Amino acid sequence: MTYQLNPDLFNDDVKQEPIRAGFGRGLKAAGEVNEAIVALCADLTESTQMHLFREAFPKRFIEIGVAEQNLVTVASGMARAGKIPFTSSYAAFSPGRNWEQIRTTAALNNQPVKIVGSHAGVSVGPDGATHQMLEDIALMRVLPNMVVVAPGDSVEAEKATKAIAENGKPSYIRLAREKTPIFSTDESPFEIGKAYVLREGTEGSLLGTGTMTYQLLVAADLLAKDGIEVEVVHVPTIKPLDEETILTSARKTGRVLAAEEAQVNGGFGGAIAELLGEKLPTPLKRVGMLDRFGESGAPLELFEHFNLTGPQIAEQFKEWIKDTPRYHQGF
Amino acid sequence: MTKLTIPQLEEKANEIRQDIIRMLEAAGSGHSAGPLGLADIFAALYFDVMNIRPQEPEWAERDFFFLSNGHTVPVQYATMAEAGYFDKEELLTLRKLGSRLQGHPEREKLPGLENTSGPLGSGLSQAAGVAYTLQYIDTQLHRFVYVVMGDGELNEGNIWEAAMFAGKNKLSQLVAFVDRNNIQIDGSTEDVMPLEDLKGKWEAFGWHVIEIDGHNIQSIIDATSEARAITNRPTVVIAHTIPGKGVDFMEYDFKWHGVPPNSEQAKEALLKLRTLDGKISHEGEGV
Repeated sequence: MTYQLNPDLFNDDVKQEPIRAGFGRGLKAAGEVNEAIVALCADLTESTQMHLFREAFPKRFIEIGVAEQNLVTVASGMARAGKIPFTSSYAAFSPGRNWEQIRTTAALNNQPVKIVGSHAGVSVGPDGATHQMLEDIALMRVLPNMVVVAPGDSVEAEKATKAIAENGKPSYIRLAREKTPIFSTDESPFEIGKAYVLREGTEGSLLGTGTMTYQLLVAADLLAKDGIEVEVVHVPTIKPLDEETILTSARKTGRVLAAEEAQVNGGFGGAIAELLGEKLPTPLKRVGMLDRFGESGAPLELFEHFNLTGPQIAEQFKEWIKDTPRYHQGF
Repeated sequence: MTKLTIPQLEEKANEIRQDIIRMLEAAGSGHSAGPLGLADIFAALYFDVMNIRPQEPEWAERDFFFLSNGHTVPVQYATMAEAGYFDKEELLTLRKLGSRLQGHPEREKLPGLENTSGPLGSGLSQAAGVAYTLQYIDTQLHRFVYVVMGDGELNEGNIWEAAMFAGKNKLSQLVAFVDRNNIQIDGSTEDVMPLEDLKGKWEAFGWHVIEIDGHNIQSIIDATSEARAITNRPTVVIAHTIPGKGVDFMEYDFKWHGVPPNSEQAKEALLKLRTLDGKISHEGEGV
């Protein structure tokens, strides 16, 4: 099945919306069909878009205050009492502050506690490095039982939220603050654990998660103008990874670029390196934060500063393939 | 079920203590002092206070019990076996490969455990999450949530986040016990990180505070009755206990916090428990 992209994708007036907005709508919609869903927030209810749920279901919303350790542990207790708790804060604080509580009381305890990390990545902008969470993917994907999802746009975030509400597992959903162009449509598929080929090509596989998938679509469009047809694979679920789709693409193109708005070490790029290294050694270039923290600046300025924009990725890819033959060695 | 008398509950506590010694000796590692000190509280909770069905651990009307300081779990396992959740023989598998009795409790391993704990400071929050649900969402005002915490554990910030939360929401179905035995790994609690004025601290967070002798079973039962009668605040019972209670060479000695008895020590400990430290004669059966 061909993935239907938003036809306005490359128009200047492509609809943009913060990914977190889709979460807010998805949580409210999930709450309408399942009364077990409750929401807890650590003093950032509107920022994380949980206010939509709070307004619709005031009795099922719990204000925790600035106490992220309590946020996830109270949620764990509520899960024991039969609820499906969504907890939200900035990703820098949850899972940044409360990782051990998540590990013990949600993951090892295997309760369906949902960790919603908003304002992840450098695109948080002027708040600077303290608030630009870059290590959350690494922190969460190493936890057994945990599901890790980074939706690519607000439309997909809404679907992902509804899916996570019903998956019965401890789960992490990564959201971004800034407006992100919408590349998917209401009809686009979303399933936890699935990756989607958004564009077919032969010269390389560009794998993106979260906000970076849009940038990869831009890069692929620019590369095509230079006669280089690359495949773009959107990987919204980082754990469990859709190995089959990724390996099929890597086998076809023989070169892989993985992009994320996070630390590549241990992050999405780390996950792809593990997969390819073990199952299909293939030349890999990781795009993202290269073992450094962010800094203050406007979101777009920061994307450019850290070489994360579509045109910059197209240039990096062209440079890279000059001395990188297409190759893979299947076992 | 007919209620047990106080002497019968005291016998249960003694039986639990003997099982703690046996399982720790067999395990070859684990914590001695805390579990022995908590035996009277566990006997009172599981055999008198809590509305539970050991044969039906997921019974929908049960009271909840959360152990926050997971390292004292031998007392919970011994109590659960005594109550009929599982056979006593299984106690000797504690800490061994493949056992349901993990060194620190894991909910999914053993029916009847409500949580997974070990890293300190998270149990009160989980109990508060259940209490909030019962009070405000599902409105089941007849069910109560009991939680046991250590005193050293109160060093953790997470505890005080939970204390604020429970105080704000007046979680009156929440009954917390602090095992006030004054020891932690590095020494006396008041040397490591002073907790006093402990009563005043909890009161300032909006809690009803009861201080009791944690080895007086009648006092433990009375404290929980009082807690259930208080409908506008959560209750914390500061239970003054003797670490290592019942085995004189372990009592009050923080060195017994994290070690088990060897076979000689276990033999001596069991003899002391069976004879109530020589006050009664001990009848035959090999120790």
